[in-house]
Amino acid sequence: MSSIEYRAELSKAGAHVAGRWSAVRFFARRYPLGAAGAVIMGLFLFAAFFAPLITVYDPLSTNSALSLARPSAAHWLGCDFMGRDVYSRIVYGARISLAVGCGSMSLGVSIGVVIGLLSGYLGGWIDLAAQRLIDILQSLPLLVMALLMAASLGPSLHNTIIAISIPLIPYSARVVRASTLSLREQPFVESAKAIGMSELRIALRHVLPNTLAPLIVLATAQFGSTILTEATLSFLGLGIPEPHPSWGRMLSESAAEYVRTAPWLVIFPGLAISFVVFGTNLLGDALRDILDPRQRS
Amino acid sequence: MGSYLVRRFGLMLLTLFGISVIIFLMLRLAPGNIADILFDAAGFVDPAEKAKIMEDLGLDKPLPVQYAQWIGGLLQGDLGYSYVSDRPAIREILPRIPITAKVGGLALAFAVLIGVPLGVISAVRQNTRLDYFLRVVSLSGLSMPAFWLGLLVLMFFVSYFGTIPIYTDAPQSFLAALGMYSIPAAVVGFRSSALMTRLTRSSMLEVLRQDYIRTARSKGASENVVNYHHALKNAVLPVVTVIGIEAAFLMGGLIVTETVFNIPGVARFLVEAIRWRDYPIVQNLVMYIAIIVVFVNFTVDMLYAALDPRIKYSG
Repeated sequence: MSSIEYRAELSKAGAHVAGRWSAVRFFARRYPLGAAGAVIMGLFLFAAFFAPLITVYDPLSTNSALSLARPSAAHWLGCDFMGRDVYSRIVYGARISLAVGCGSMSLGVSIGVVIGLLSGYLGGWIDLAAQRLIDILQSLPLLVMALLMAASLGPSLHNTIIAISIPLIPYSARVVRASTLSLREQPFVESAKAIGMSELRIALRHVLPNTLAPLIVLATAQFGSTILTEATLSFLGLGIPEPHPSWGRMLSESAAEYVRTAPWLVIFPGLAISFVVFGTNLLGDALRDILDPRQRS
Repeated sequence: MGSYLVRRFGLMLLTLFGISVIIFLMLRLAPGNIADILFDAAGFVDPAEKAKIMEDLGLDKPLPVQYAQWIGGLLQGDLGYSYVSDRPAIREILPRIPITAKVGGLALAFAVLIGVPLGVISAVRQNTRLDYFLRVVSLSGLSMPAFWLGLLVLMFFVSYFGTIPIYTDAPQSFLAALGMYSIPAAVVGFRSSALMTRLTRSSMLEVLRQDYIRTARSKGASENVVNYHHALKNAVLPVVTVIGIEAAFLMGGLIVTETVFNIPGVARFLVEAIRWRDYPIVQNLVMYIAIIVVFVNFTVDMLYAALDPRIKYSG
C-alpha cells in the first residue's frame, strides 16, 4: 500500500461505493461525528480564506464611540474596549489560528519525521542520540516547554509557530521510528536493497509512505492542540502580540473584569477556539477509526 | 531487573542533565535580561550602574560558569536569589507549592472519580446513544481552552450569586477553604477527567476484544462479570501507567486556571517569573517540573513490571 486507498479501505469496511459522492455519503453515515468535524473544519477554512468577503468592518480599525458596544444589528457580536468589531476580529482570527496550526504542525511533524526515520532506519548511535533528544524534549509538559520557548524567542507570529512546534517533535518522531523499525525488516525493503536501491531512496520511497496512516492521525490531533496552545500563550501575553486578532489574545486583556461588564468579549472568542478544536478532534477520531485497524470494531 | 534499573536510572540522569542545559540556554538566549527590563522601566540608562547590577546578579560571568554555579547550588539546595524580590528563590517557591498541590490534588481526584467510571460506561455501551453523548462531552471538554472554562465558571458565579469564593491566605472555616479550592480544581479536573474518560474507554475496548474475554463469555459468564471482573482490571492498568501524561496535562491546566482565579500558587508564579525574566525562579521551577515528570515516568516504568506479570525486564 503505497498510499491510502480509500476505495479499498471502504469496501473492506463493508461499503460498496461507486463514485466520490457515495463515498462521502458513506463516510457521513458510518462516522456521523467525523462528518460533523469535517463540516466544522470546512467552515473554519472558509472563514480564513474568505474573511474580507464575509465581514464589513476592518478588524484593526478602532472607534472610541463604540468602546464596549453591546451586540447589535450593526455589530453582531459587539465591540471591544477599543471599539473594534468582535465579529470581524473573530473571522480574521481564523487566519492566525490556521497559520499557527498549519505552521507549527508541519514544522514539528517534518522535524519529527526526519529524526524518526533516521533513528529507526539507520539505528546505531544515531538512534541512541535521537532517543535521548526525544526524552529530553518530552521531560517537560507541552505548555511549559512552549512557554519557555515563547519567552525566549519573544512574542511574534513566527516565534509562536516555532515555540509551539518544538514540543511536538517527539510525538511524530516516536510514531515514525516505531513503524520504521518494523518496516525495515519487511521483504519489500530487502528486495529494494537487492536490486541496488540507495538507502536514502528506500527510506523515502518505500518506508516513509507506509508510515503515513498513523502520521495523519497524529497530525490531525496535533492541529487542534497547536490552536489551543497558541490561544493559551496569547492569553498569557506570550504569544501573538497586539494588534493581531488572535482568539487567545482577545480573551487576555482584563478578561476577568469583562466577565462582569462585557461578557460578549469573553464568550465569543472562546466559542470560536472551542468550536474549531472540537471539529479537528472529531475529524481526528474518525480518521483514527478509519486508518488504524486495531481500533476498528 | 537490577542491571535494567541501573541503566534506566543512568538514562534518567542523562535526560535531566540535557534538560537543564536546554533550560539554561533558552533563558540566556532570550532578548533582554532583567537589567535591561529594570532600566527600560526606569527610563534612563547609566552604563556604570547597569554594569554593577549585572555584576551583582552574576550576569557578567561566562555562561559555563553561570551554569556550574546554578547546578552546584541546586545540588546543595541553594537556588539563588530572586531578581525581582531579592529574596532567596527557595523562600519564594516553597510556600507556593502547597497551594498548587491542594488544587492539583483535588483536580486529580475529580478527574479519576468522574473520568474512569464514565470511560467504562462508554466502552461497555459502545456505539449506543449514551456512548456518543459521553464521547461528545469528553471531546468538548478537551476542546475548550482551560482559561476559557475558568472564565465561564467565573461568569456563572458572578451572574447567579453575584460573587465567587476569592482566594485568601487564612480561610475562615474548612468549608470556606474547600469552596475556595474546589471551584478551580473542578475546572482543571473537568478537562483531565475528559482525558481519563477517553483513555479508559479506548483501553477498555482494546481489552474487550481479547480472546480471554471471548472465552469468559463462551463459558457463560454474565455480562457484568465479564465487564467488571475480567475486563476492567486489565483495562485500568494502562490508565494507571499514563499518569505521567495526566500529570503533565494537569500542570498545563493549573498554569492558566491559577492565573484566571488569581490563586498565588506555584503555577501562576512560573508565568509571572517568565514575564519578569526572573531566571533563578524560572530555571529552578522548570527544572523542578522536569524532575517530577522524569521521576514519575521512571516510577511508572518500574511499576509496569510490578503490576503486569507479563512484563519482565532483563539485560
